[in-house]
Amino acid sequence: MREFLIGKLNADALPHEWFTIAGSVGFTLMLLFAVGLITYKKRWKWLWNEWFTSVDPKKIGIMYFIAGGFMLVRGGLDAIMLWLQQSLSSGSSHGYLSADHFQQIFTAHGNIMVFFVAMALIFGLINYIVPLQIGARDLASPFMNTLGFWLYVAGVIMVNMFFFLGNEYGAAGWLAVAPLSGKEFSPGVGMDYWIWSLQISGIGTTLAAINFIMTMLKMRAKGMTLFKMPLFTWGSLCSMAMAVTVFPLLTMTIFLMFFDRYFGTHFFTTTGGGNAMMYTNLIWMWGHPEVYILMLPSLGVFSEVVSTFSRKPIAFYKSNVFGMIGISTLALMVWLHHFFTMGAGADVNSAFGVATMIIAIPTTVLVFSWIVTMYKGKIRLTVPMLWFLGFIAVFALGGISGVLLAIPPVDFQLHNSLFLVAHFHSTVVGGVLFGIFAGLAYWFPKIAGFRLNERIGRYAVWSWIIGFFVAFIPLYVLGLMGATRRLDHYDASTGWQPFFIMSLIGGIIIAIGAALQIVQIIASFIQKRRLADTTGDPWDGRTLEWSVASPAPAYNFAVIPEVSSRDAYFEMKKLGISKPTYKDIHMPKNTASGIYISIFAFLVGFGFVWEIVWLVVVSILGIIICLIAKTFNEDSEYTIPAEVVEKMEEHQADKVRAFHKDDDEVDMGLLEFIKIALSWAWRLVRGKR
Amino acid sequence: MTKPGKKFSRVRTIWLVLLGFIGLSLLVAALLRGNDVILFSPKGLVADQQHRLMVISTLIMLGFGVPILFFLYFFAWKYREDNEKAAYSPHSDHGKFFTFTLWALPTIIMLILASLMLPATQKLDPKRLIESENERLTIQVVALRWKWLFIYPDQNIATVNYVQIPVDTPVQFELTADETPMSSFWIPHLGGMLYAMTQHVNWLNLIANTPGDYQGSAAEINGAGFAGMRFITRVSSEEDFKKWVNDTTLSTNELGTSEYASLLMPSENNQAAFYSNPEPEIYSNILSKYAGGHQQYAGSTEHKVTH
Amino acid sequence: MTHAETSEEMSHEEAANDRVMFGFWVYLMTDLLMFSVLFAVYAVLHGNSLGGPTGRDLFSPPLALTETLILLTSSFTCGLGMIAARKGIKKQTLFWFGITFLLGLAFLSIELYEFVEFIHEGHTMRSNAFMSSFFLLVGTHGVHITSALIWAAITLFFVAKRGLTKSMVRKLSMLSLFWHFLDIVWIFIFTVVYLMAFV
Repeated sequence: MREFLIGKLNADALPHEWFTIAGSVGFTLMLLFAVGLITYKKRWKWLWNEWFTSVDPKKIGIMYFIAGGFMLVRGGLDAIMLWLQQSLSSGSSHGYLSADHFQQIFTAHGNIMVFFVAMALIFGLINYIVPLQIGARDLASPFMNTLGFWLYVAGVIMVNMFFFLGNEYGAAGWLAVAPLSGKEFSPGVGMDYWIWSLQISGIGTTLAAINFIMTMLKMRAKGMTLFKMPLFTWGSLCSMAMAVTVFPLLTMTIFLMFFDRYFGTHFFTTTGGGNAMMYTNLIWMWGHPEVYILMLPSLGVFSEVVSTFSRKPIAFYKSNVFGMIGISTLALMVWLHHFFTMGAGADVNSAFGVATMIIAIPTTVLVFSWIVTMYKGKIRLTVPMLWFLGFIAVFALGGISGVLLAIPPVDFQLHNSLFLVAHFHSTVVGGVLFGIFAGLAYWFPKIAGFRLNERIGRYAVWSWIIGFFVAFIPLYVLGLMGATRRLDHYDASTGWQPFFIMSLIGGIIIAIGAALQIVQIIASFIQKRRLADTTGDPWDGRTLEWSVASPAPAYNFAVIPEVSSRDAYFEMKKLGISKPTYKDIHMPKNTASGIYISIFAFLVGFGFVWEIVWLVVVSILGIIICLIAKTFNEDSEYTIPAEVVEKMEEHQADKVRAFHKDDDEVDMGLLEFIKIALSWAWRLVRGKR
Repeated sequence: MTKPGKKFSRVRTIWLVLLGFIGLSLLVAALLRGNDVILFSPKGLVADQQHRLMVISTLIMLGFGVPILFFLYFFAWKYREDNEKAAYSPHSDHGKFFTFTLWALPTIIMLILASLMLPATQKLDPKRLIESENERLTIQVVALRWKWLFIYPDQNIATVNYVQIPVDTPVQFELTADETPMSSFWIPHLGGMLYAMTQHVNWLNLIANTPGDYQGSAAEINGAGFAGMRFITRVSSEEDFKKWVNDTTLSTNELGTSEYASLLMPSENNQAAFYSNPEPEIYSNILSKYAGGHQQYAGSTEHKVTH
Repeated sequence: MTHAETSEEMSHEEAANDRVMFGFWVYLMTDLLMFSVLFAVYAVLHGNSLGGPTGRDLFSPPLALTETLILLTSSFTCGLGMIAARKGIKKQTLFWFGITFLLGLAFLSIELYEFVEFIHEGHTMRSNAFMSSFFLLVGTHGVHITSALIWAAITLFFVAKRGLTKSMVRKLSMLSLFWHFLDIVWIFIFTVVYLMAFV
């Protein structure tokens, strides 16, 4: 009976390791604080109606940013823990982590950074910016969008669930290589949490990607042909096209792994005729393109940033587009370079090595396109531009080491070494994270209505870049010294320890950079009025998102613009904008179905992890019922009458006219921020007395 | 947009960046003193050629990449907004020829690299036998949790976490695994790694040209004892090797079925161990175990030869 | 710059329909990719029966052929139902889709019978890699058929209740697309699993 009710759950599952106790207490405190604050401010209704059930891609985008930023801190803490262990654990010292715990941390670090940070931030940007860039009011399927987001949130909760129940996460690496991840070698629930966190959020990703493809291909403003689309939208389109191609492979592969673990099938097992090499192939068929799924929107961001801040249209627009298409197509055909060392033979390895090298061609073309754009431009070295310049340095390192790894005989020596770890951090931190940060700095005025503090922003950029080199150059060197990755302990005679310590110091500098980014956002909030963007076009932008007010109104465009050239808004500004005629606007209604379905999806996963059959059955039924109710609910839209639109637009115009800005005032520096923070704290303390 | 506070000096920034790079390089160089950068001090033919290929390819890419980077940063500096002297042209129109060059340049570089890579991949295929006057030594390697078992079928000895080979003698490692996740067999001084997996045999051919003790490791995560799954590779003279084999043959420690069964049990940070008279069927039994008892190990197949 | 909606432009609802149909095609592609993984896995593992019975020993060609014919017929009736739906004839629509539903049910019963038979003889998906890949490939198709049947039942219920509105016709055409898709996947399964076993 007990087994029927709560499956494998027992007292042992409660937190009893130091890290699960710390984690569960920490999360509970944060949750209590949030709940308390919302209750105190009486904001529950507002939160539910305005945010949680919202189908507005702008709000969903912001929620992605918040969740992704939160997980970035979570994944960053993992990274610091890994660095610390490796700096300590040399020779007779074994550090402060057990081998198993260390392996769980790097598994979680990889999963969190890729699935729950990078994907989330990319989706946040796409959600907010793409509809604005193509002149759309909404996404093709607003419901799929909220469902995708809440499935992602369910994944986030699932990936942290082991703190509360189970005491272990998967310890088989972020891709859970078989047969290590099978029941035979990983019998615990950690792997099951891995399976379900990725499965649930992966399905959310597929849904979101389908939705964005529909939006980008079917909802562009009149006149915006494919070759007039802004490059960020192009990057997103390539990325989402790859996502719908490879995420089904991930879903199926994890599904088969799930069958191996739960029903004793023999897909990836060592016994029964299973084939573990097949798992390696399948997971990398998804895993390699995944990196490019993350990178392409970032490359698009850089194209926008370089063009705007050089005050020039992007050079070689078509080559740039074909470059991105080339990258996304080629990226689907190179997965085998992740395991040249599995013994495929010289011919197969050569073919995949060549394919991998070919990817370097379109990537270089993109760099050329940026260089020529800067040539004879008027370059403003703003924070987004600094991120771009930093990205180039980091990415060049990643690119060169990447081509080295594409040469099979060289890869035999470098594979699974720290050189490889340094390589992919160069590409992912440079090519993905820096791009996201550049995008956030660039579009922040559009999202928040005021731009970010430039001075503190600069400090943050420099900390990240310096920190990156101090942290990862030693890893390249360690790889050349023969250090394999994922070591929780090594001999003192290797001479590796100083480099691990140096790397840790770099990690701390990066952490300072991240802290400065938080300070930057807070400082900008303090100076909100001074930094306000009243025109909606703070950078003298070129694309349509700058033609609307900041922050963008719920309906994005009061009147859908008609596009006749590439830098559509830049042309409009030159020609002048005449007074529009307003029409009724149809907008989708909010829905809570996405949340309900995601709760059930989470419970399905939870039920499977702990083998609670009734919970699984009930939850699947719940999902089906929610879907039916949603599909056959015909009343899903409301209308904003033309007069209301006109009133709102005029109100906005009045606000712009009424607003006077003191031009002498400047962004506060770090010292000023500290002064303000201290005096605020002092007032708080005194007030209590 | 409002002008950000203090106008920072760009020239000073450039100097600081340069100084930073020099400082970082000096620091790395200082930390490296007295340490062995293994991939740059190859002790065998394979590692040596892999090292050369790595260096040449890196130089080619740097020759191409450094000018690109230079132009990028130079333009960022030269065409800054407050540089009154720099020209400004708000259009980006470029001819077909320019576009062609854009694509042709990286293509040429990749063609050069591919022309280096393709023959090298064939030549350095781990399967390929290495030609030498000395007779080839065959060593069967079994990845276990978490130790390496080496069986010398012709010498009739076996070792754990220790492998000794004579200098200038080609060695063929026949890699497999038993009740162990995929593991990666790596002796960086001698050459690149290869996976050891159940159900399969992978052939790794290496040769050493300098006597010495070299580190060997498991490079692919395979469970809790992963970091401790290391072994010593001792390269010795032919005579020393023969002597060592003789000594080991005399060992009373025999590798029978029951000893193998105890080796199969997971254990961490194992010390080197030496066995005489390994049960002759052990290796083929391991292979047929995963084939449902239906396929038999056919022995080493014929491979092409490296010169 | 003013913007006037011309009469040539699609109405708001039609544009939405157009988008949804396009999105459904993209979804079908993702589903096809999932099946392609299962096909690839079957291709790799179908020889690994480790001494157990192979496909040739297990499969019954007449049974598989019957399944195929039933599913092909159902695709035909589904098409007739769609024609009726486009014409707006509710009774015929319900009739032909009803027939399709029954044929689908018959197909599913035969498939289940085959599975039960295998399990009864002791060949479960735990037996070996060949059986695992067989059960997952054919089973996944079966699960798709099941969900299509549930979907059909509910859609037909609402068609009966609300009539053939535009959005109902769209839902029916999505359903029929899905049904044809499953038919095509089955043809591949029939070829790769059942016919190839006897080559």
